[in-house]
This record gives sequence, C-alpha cells and structure tokens, in this order.
Amino acid sequence: MAGGDDSWRPLARPLLIPIWVVIGVFSLLPVLLMAVYSFLTKEFRGGVEWDFTLAAYDQFFVTRGLFGDEPAQIEWTYITIFWRSIWQALICTALCLLIGFPTAWFIATRPAQSRGIWLFLITIPYWVNLLIRTVSLKFLIRDNGPLNEGLMAIGLITEPLPLVNTNLAVQLGLFYSYLPFMVLPIYAAVERYNFALSEAAADLYASRWTTLREIVLPVVKPGMIAGCILVFVPALGAFLAPDLLGGAKTFMIGSLIDEQFKGSQGNWPFGAAASMILMTLVLIVLVFYARAASREGAA
Amino acid sequence: MTAAVHLQDVVKRYGSVTAIHGVSLTIADNEFFTLLGPSGCGKTTLLRMIAGFEAVTAGEIRLFGDDIARLDPNHRPVNTVFQHYALFPHMSVIDNVAFGLKMQGIDLAARRTRAGKMLEMVHLSHFADRMPAQLSGGQQQRVALARALAPAPKVLLLDEPLSALDLKLRQAMRVELKTLQQETGITFIFVTHDQEEALTMSDRIAVMSEGRVQQVGSARDIYETPDNRFVADFIGETNLLEVDVHSVTDGRASMTLPGGHPLTCPSASATPGRHALSIRPERVTIAATGELKATVDRVVYLGTDLQVLSRLADGSPFTIRLQNAARTTIPEAGATIGLHLEEGAARLLAD
Amino acid sequence: MKGVRHYPGFLSITVLCLTILYAPLIVIMVYSFNGSTSITQWGGLSLRWYGEVFTGPEASRFGQAAWNSITIALMASTAATIIATAAALAMVKGGRFRGRSASFALINLPLMVPEIVTAVASLIFFTTIGLTTGYGTILIAHITFCIPFAYLPLAARLEGIEATYEQAARDLYATRAQAFRLILLPLLAPGVASGWLLAFIISLDDFIITNFVKGAGMETLPTAIFGSVKQGIKPNIMAISTLMLAASVLFVTAAYLINRKGRQTP
Repeated sequence: MAGGDDSWRPLARPLLIPIWVVIGVFSLLPVLLMAVYSFLTKEFRGGVEWDFTLAAYDQFFVTRGLFGDEPAQIEWTYITIFWRSIWQALICTALCLLIGFPTAWFIATRPAQSRGIWLFLITIPYWVNLLIRTVSLKFLIRDNGPLNEGLMAIGLITEPLPLVNTNLAVQLGLFYSYLPFMVLPIYAAVERYNFALSEAAADLYASRWTTLREIVLPVVKPGMIAGCILVFVPALGAFLAPDLLGGAKTFMIGSLIDEQFKGSQGNWPFGAAASMILMTLVLIVLVFYARAASREGAA
Repeated sequence: MTAAVHLQDVVKRYGSVTAIHGVSLTIADNEFFTLLGPSGCGKTTLLRMIAGFEAVTAGEIRLFGDDIARLDPNHRPVNTVFQHYALFPHMSVIDNVAFGLKMQGIDLAARRTRAGKMLEMVHLSHFADRMPAQLSGGQQQRVALARALAPAPKVLLLDEPLSALDLKLRQAMRVELKTLQQETGITFIFVTHDQEEALTMSDRIAVMSEGRVQQVGSARDIYETPDNRFVADFIGETNLLEVDVHSVTDGRASMTLPGGHPLTCPSASATPGRHALSIRPERVTIAATGELKATVDRVVYLGTDLQVLSRLADGSPFTIRLQNAARTTIPEAGATIGLHLEEGAARLLAD
Repeated sequence: MKGVRHYPGFLSITVLCLTILYAPLIVIMVYSFNGSTSITQWGGLSLRWYGEVFTGPEASRFGQAAWNSITIALMASTAATIIATAAALAMVKGGRFRGRSASFALINLPLMVPEIVTAVASLIFFTTIGLTTGYGTILIAHITFCIPFAYLPLAARLEGIEATYEQAARDLYATRAQAFRLILLPLLAPGVASGWLLAFIISLDDFIITNFVKGAGMETLPTAIFGSVKQGIKPNIMAISTLMLAASVLFVTAAYLINRKGRQTP
C-alpha cells in the first residue's frame, strides 16, 4: 500500500528525534563549525583566534614569495597535492572497475549454492580492519619482504624491487583497500540482470563480446557507477595507504589535512579550509552521481 | 432481523482523490456476500474499512446494529483472510491459529483445544507443529481460514483469498469455502475480481466500479438482468448495440437496431432516445427464417462451444455462441445468416 | 558451446582478485607464527609472539587499548542500533511526511562526508564546546558514524516485511503494542542483529576519526597498532593483527549465518 501504515504515521516524527539530535549535533553541526573555522585566524600553539579572514584559502591558492612581498601568483604546492590525490583516486577506481567487473560477473553467474561462498570470500577482507590490511600489504611488499624474496628465489629479479614509498605502493594500497566496494554493487546489478537479454542478443547474431559491450554494460551501468563512487570518494580522502605505504613524493590530501592538526606545527584554519575543499570535490562528484542515477531511473 | 453489516453512505478520500463515493449496502446474517469488480474499483478498500485497516472519511459502518466505523481493528469482532494469507512466519501453524484467542485472553488449554478443532475442520491436524513456510499454497490458505475463524468472528472478510492458487485448487477451494460458510453460519464478505468465483459461491453479489456499487443481486439477477452498461459488459460476454427507442407502450419498448432492423423488448422505465441494448451471445440462434441478417467473419472453436464472429448490416460486430453438438450446422466464413432472438434475450440498459 | 553467462578469462581475474585480497593477510598470519626474532627470517613454527602479546612489555598498553576498543564498540553499536531502529521504523512505516527526505539525507550524512573531514570537524567541535577529548568523545563520534551502518540492513529488512502481518495481528485482537512486540519485532530481529554486528565491526575498525578525537594518552587498538607500526612492523603486531583478523572473520561468519537463517523465513 502506498504511503505506509496508518498506525505508524503519527509516530514517524517522534521516532526520528534521536537521530536528528545525534547526527544533527555531532555530525552536521561540526561540519558547519568547520566551515566557520576555515575563515578564522591561526594561533601559533595550534588553535584559532576568532578573527574572520580569508588567510587559509589565500594560503592554499596564492603565493607572494618567501617574504610575502612579491606579486601574487598561483600557489601550486597544494593544488598539486589535490591533483595528485584526484589522479590516484581515478586510477584506483579504473583498476577496481577493471578487476571488479569480471569478478562480480563471475560470482553472480555461479550456481546458487556456491555463489554465497564466493561472495563470502570477497566480503571477508572488507571486514578485516583496514589498518591491519594496509600493514599486511606493507609487510608483503617491503624491500626484503616475502614478495621480493620470493621473486628473487625463483630468479625473476636479482635486486629487490623498491616498492614501498612509491606511487605504485600507494596505488596498490588504495586498490587493495577499496576493491570490495566495487565488486559488491556490481554483483548486485548483475544478479538482477535478465540473462534472456544476452540470449536475445546472441540469437540476433551478436558475438559474446559485442553482447557485453552493447547489452550487458549499459544495463548494469547503475551498479558500476555506484561502485565507482564508493571507491573514488574514500580513495580521494584516504589517509592510511598513503601514510603507511608512501613517502614525501606521494603526499596526499589526507596526510596534508592530518598534519595541520598535529601539535604546534599545525594550522587549524588551513586544515579546515583544505577539508572544505575536499568536501566540495566530493559533493560535486555526488551531485553528478545523483543526476546520473535519476537519469537512469527515468529512462 | 438486524443486518450483519450495514454500510450507510460510506466515503473514502485520499487527499483529493475519492476512492469510495457514498456506498450503502446491507448484508444479511448468514449470507455469502461478494464484492466483485475490476482492480481499482474500491472493493478492497471497502473491505479494509470494514476490517478497520482504513479510516472512514464519512459514513457509518454498522455491525449487528453497532457503529464500528471508528473502532480500532482489534476491537471489531470481524476477522480477515488476507490475499497472501499473512501467516506469521515465525510461529508454528497451531500458534498462528491460536493467536487471536491468545489476544482475547483465553487460557492456554482452551485455546489449544479450539485451535486443534479449527485445524481439524480444515483437515490440517497433522500439520499443527509445522512452520508456515513448510506448507503448500493451498495448505497455507486453509491455515489462514482456520486462524480467522478460530475466534468465532461475527463476520469473516476474505480479500481475494484464492487468487494465489492454481486453477484446480481454486475450484476445489470454492466448494470448500461455500460448505464452510454454510456449516459455520458465519456471514462471509468475499472480495474478488473473478466473476466465475463470484457467480459460483455467492448468495448475493455487489458489482463495483470506480468507487460505486453498480448493482446488487443474486448471480442470476446480475447476469440476466444487468442494470447498466458496465454490469452487462463486465459480467460474462455480451453484444452491446446502440439502439434508437421510438416509443414505450405497455412496458414494451420499440426500437431500431443498427442497420434498421426493428425490435421490441420488455422495459419498465425506458424513455425514447438512444440507449444501449445487451444481447447475450448464447441467447441467439441461427435460423434461415431469422429476419435480422449478419455476415459471418470467422468461427472460433472453443471445445464445448463455437463462437461465431459476425457483422450486422451496418458493420457493427455481433457474436453468437453455439453449442458444439452433433446437430449444429457450422456456418462458413463469408456466409449471410439469419438470426433469431429468444424472448427476453435482449435487455435495454440504463447508462 | 558455452552459455551467455560465460566469458573467457573472468575466472582468472576472479582468482587474481582473491589472491590480491588474501595474499597479504595470509602472509602476515603465517609470519605471526614465526619463531625467529627477525621478521625477515623464518625460524620455525612457534607461538612465542602470541605469548608476547599477553605478557610482553607492550602487553598492558595493548591490553588497555583492546579494552577501550571493545567497550566503545559494544556501547556505540548498541546505541547506534537503537537509534537506527527507531529511525528505520519512522522512515519505512511512517508513510510520506514533511521532513522525510531531509531525514533521509541526515541519516546518510556520515556516509557522504569523507572520514578525514568528519575527523577534523569532530575535533573542532569538541574543542570549541570545551569537551576534553578522550574516551567520551571517542564514544560520541563512534555512535554518530555507526548509525548509517546499523540503519542500512535494518531498513532493508523492514522494507521486506509486509504490513499485512501487523494488520493480521490487529485483526486478531492484538493491540498496537502487542502487534509490535509479538509480530514486527521478531520478524525484524535478524535485521537488528546484522545492523548491530555491522556497527560493531565498523566501530572496532575505525582509525582516522578516533585518532583525531582520542586526546593524549587514550588509545584504541587501531591507534595503538598505528603508533607501534610507525617504528616498524614487529612480530607481536603480526600476532595482534592475526587475532583481530580471526575475530573479524568470526563476526562476519556469524552475521552471514544469521542473515541466511533470517532469509529462510521472510
């Protein structure tokens, strides 16, 4: 029946009070406060003074030389860090899609009894502590770790591959962290896919791969888009993988923000401003997603 | 005698949409009463208002004289058999059947006895400790019946209870339901969109459309003397023709059929002008002497019957049903045939 | 001739996918049983690092951190589940009402804001209102971000329960409270359980937000491990990791079994 249940209707709002209070006060309000902080003045011991200024955003986007007396120019340091993070997150998303789609398809086409087991195997790593997974990966790929030792033992390489502290390691870490986020929504989409569509395409002389391109991919696209969002957004603000597996050259947004709140070196308004910019980026992605999703829904 | 259920000008509005337009109905005690109509006609809404799941916007619902329109469902001595049974999946069959008794505060021993009797009545005694998911559709149907009958309601409401069963089972359950109703003496209000179901089981039927009751009567009444175009068209198969009535004398209306053929038929209240005329296909015979002429388009073989699809002189379609007997001559496509209307075959309709 | 479901190479990719996911975990599990003091050399099978976890010099630090993690996870997931259950009932059964879509957005807010941003915002908020960061602030933050995770399986389960069950109970003379307690709540139970388990694991798992709002001297298991790993991966860390891994697997298996049992009786 449309419109819910008569006996529950009057209770709807009272039942929502706790969630409004908790999320409103401890999630929404802090984000708004953070927006205010990004316009405050930095205090030296790590804190703020309540003087409104655009200094944090100015520091992010504009440079006036070492002593602040040169003409204003674009400050590339932070934009580069953001750009690097976006690029890393994009590559990570693409890799996850490339591996995730065939995996999701394979699992969804197993017989019903074994499908549960496959799915279970994919979900377990997702539930294992992300920190532990990242530490494990670092242990595996470090210079004299099992991976390099193994490769040297079978004679594929003579010198250990310097993996830790490289972009590649960070990339691997991100990929490893968020792969299950890609597989699960695509799996859900493939499970709902009507295989008679593929049979109809085959019947009308489409090859296997043509069918994949022309029929399957467009139909399961919503699942793929959802997976991409679920990977891209956390990868963009990731902290653990770049911090543990990367070095100075692989500095990403997460570490930049983290640094602003550590001890006397910190700069809270700048950290808040960087967070605001990160959140704006995520919001843009989500708006695009919502529009794409509603278009898919309308079609 | 007081009516079991009496509805007086019952209205249901959802915002600006009116689902039920002032329905009044009287259902007698011990009656098998059916609400029949296409989906969206308001029959289920009406039933749910009697059960108490939907609030009444305006009007009265009386149960043996008491107005119950504003009572909560748990304070109404009526029980419902739901369309998909709604058996509580986490309770055994016997606990399902005993649930209503438990809520009424009847002690354990008494309700076990009563629930056991109910299961016996629907021939499911040995399934008492099963879970609903372990039963077939037909068995679940019986449990739902036993559960609704266990508290001995004054009226039993059935919301398309047979729609989820396959044909054979549905036919068997029709007989069983009717027997059950006669044995228990409880008033049944049955909702369905299936006219065959309605015609075979009901003492009386209310045909509904667009939130209004179109006609109330026995199966025979609504089939043979439909009041209006909707009822004639919805119940069974019929030929609806636009006719011009010239005059009405002595309860007989004289009219012209499309194509110019004259006809008279009994009508108490018709006025001169354009009207719809209903002619049931099985009340027409093919006879060389018939003055009404038609051209055969096609003959459809239906097993027990033959359906002759033809056109009258002006081109309006006209269907004739013939029994598939040895003596029946089957007309050929393209042939011109004469039609003979039995007395009373044609009925003039109000719009 | 293979069916339309078959694509050559997909099996290999799946195996590759599982290898990538499992190789690091298996390696760390194996090395946690290494008898050698050096993490690079294999010194035979031994349980010495597990002994070290409980009796070694870092035992009390990790013990306290584990206690904090578990108590916070228990309280946060329970509180989040209660709040999420109330919200799910309102959202799924309450029909259309003003503020419904705003509520929906609010429930999902913690999922849409990047973790690091939530961490920053929480730290700023607690500092501004003058709340000393510590056990209490960790608990508040955990309750907040656990809510949407508890909400998802609950709402999904609730949507699958037809309104007719409650109506049937009301029809059979149950009061509103009885219909809720005897019919709806038992049917919703698997959703409540998996929501709670999900929230519990998410709370146990969190590093970034906890790291921001924990204050000086307060540690949970992830922050303690992180602090230790910064000085290099020691074997006792591998043992702790393996123990946490085993705990996670145990929990997920429990959730999986509860869910499967729940699905048999829809």
